Amino acid sequence: MSDILSDISTLVIEGNFEDMPDKTNAAVEEGLSAEEILNNGLMPGMDHVGVEFKAGNMFVPEVLRSAKAMQAAMSIIRPMLAETGTETKGTILLGTVAGDLHDIGKNLVGMMCEGAGFEIIDLGKDVEPETFVEAVKEHKPRILGMSALLTTTMRAMERTIKALDEAGVRDTVKIMIGGAPVTQSFADDIGADGYAPNAASASDMAKQFAA
Amino acid sequence: MAENLTTTITSESKTVEIHRSNPTVIIGERINPTGRENLLAELKEGKFDIVRSDAQKQVEAGAAILDVNAGVPGADEEPILKEMVEILMEVTDVPLCIDTADNPALETALSTYKGKALINSVNGEEARLESVLPLVKEYEASVIGLCMDDDGIPQTPQDRFQVAAKIIERADKLGIPPQNIVIDPLALTMGSDHNAGRIAIETIELVVEEFGVNVTMGCSNISFGMPDREHIDSTFIAMAILAGMTCPITNPLHEEVNLAVQAADLVMGRDEYGMNWIKSYRARQKEE
Repeated sequence: MSDILSDISTLVIEGNFEDMPDKTNAAVEEGLSAEEILNNGLMPGMDHVGVEFKAGNMFVPEVLRSAKAMQAAMSIIRPMLAETGTETKGTILLGTVAGDLHDIGKNLVGMMCEGAGFEIIDLGKDVEPETFVEAVKEHKPRILGMSALLTTTMRAMERTIKALDEAGVRDTVKIMIGGAPVTQSFADDIGADGYAPNAASASDMAKQFAA
Repeated sequence: MAENLTTTITSESKTVEIHRSNPTVIIGERINPTGRENLLAELKEGKFDIVRSDAQKQVEAGAAILDVNAGVPGADEEPILKEMVEILMEVTDVPLCIDTADNPALETALSTYKGKALINSVNGEEARLESVLPLVKEYEASVIGLCMDDDGIPQTPQDRFQVAAKIIERADKLGIPPQNIVIDPLALTMGSDHNAGRIAIETIELVVEEFGVNVTMGCSNISFGMPDREHIDSTFIAMAILAGMTCPITNPLHEEVNLAVQAADLVMGRDEYGMNWIKSYRARQKEE
């Protein structure tokens, strides 16, 4: 692996978003393709972050910095990826459900999954079931991720799945859910395809769904 | 500077007076199934053993008020909350903080409860103000007012203060006095915004200066995503007490946080002759 790609991995792990644009531009100038930078520089970096976060060796602020470093590189290579028509692992639609304003966990999931090579469409927070349905129809994502942090709002996940069912698009997506009050048995009850206890697990699960 | 107000919360036999010259009142947060699989499973089966033991443990550890939350996903909150309130009145004599976003459940719980409850919570959202405040008035209860409204959670202490002001004003229009409003400035997680602690503390200062009302805060979230959380929690709670927080919602079974509250009370001159501090030291010695 080229030195510059391992430098890029290191910048992701260190959360060094200040130096990332220069390093990314240098990699491009060296003739590396956007795809190589993503697959062999950024993704191994985010992989490492995911593993360390899951193990309790890295912490939320560090993951946020790593994601910011990743973003700094992505904003340079994204147009190039689009130009060459590079395929991502697929699209993940994300949102915090209706009535719920907690978005830290959902944002972390988005960052981790982007780091794993997915394209992320983030519908934000307080997302109504109908909005999820429309977005599933429009973007045809491979995976739908929903977050709820309150016992009072987690029922909105069930309502969303019902709405997807009624609209006839439930089986077009894999549904994963998470958030403090959510459990595996709740996921089973409401007919979600998976429950992820943290952002790194969500990213692992997305990779399985996409495999 | 506004005069410091006294918020009185009662059970059938006990009166808790929350005031800035009294020792800090701990509202025990444990009786809440959010994220607690074992409690959730029990409540689903209609069992209340954990509720009973949590109540006793928290009171022994120094909780002066117990928060009670019956948020079991998919279940009707009203009968569960009612039964929890009845059981808690049986097993302890401390006043209750009734924690629900479900209005029928709140009303039933209030009519079941014997005493002046604390309600958790109202906020600046129109719908909440209109549904919760009339119950606060009718049952002569007190209510926690969260500094968020229809636009979400404001980013600055000034904007959060404005939400607090709106809640106090709307309550006043219904004849609810400001001493029956306990403001929660909202402690968000420092892990995702390192200004979260400062914003909460500065909001407390503004609210206390202008209204003299009592202040609560959920103090266990602030350190989410960080290592060595107890150190952060205990430092934060002590600083918030200095700023004017009088009744944190916290887990009294966390000894380090508990000690921070007791030490802060001593520092603030609210522990006469340091007797509470010494008493709690002796209790710890005995345990060892």
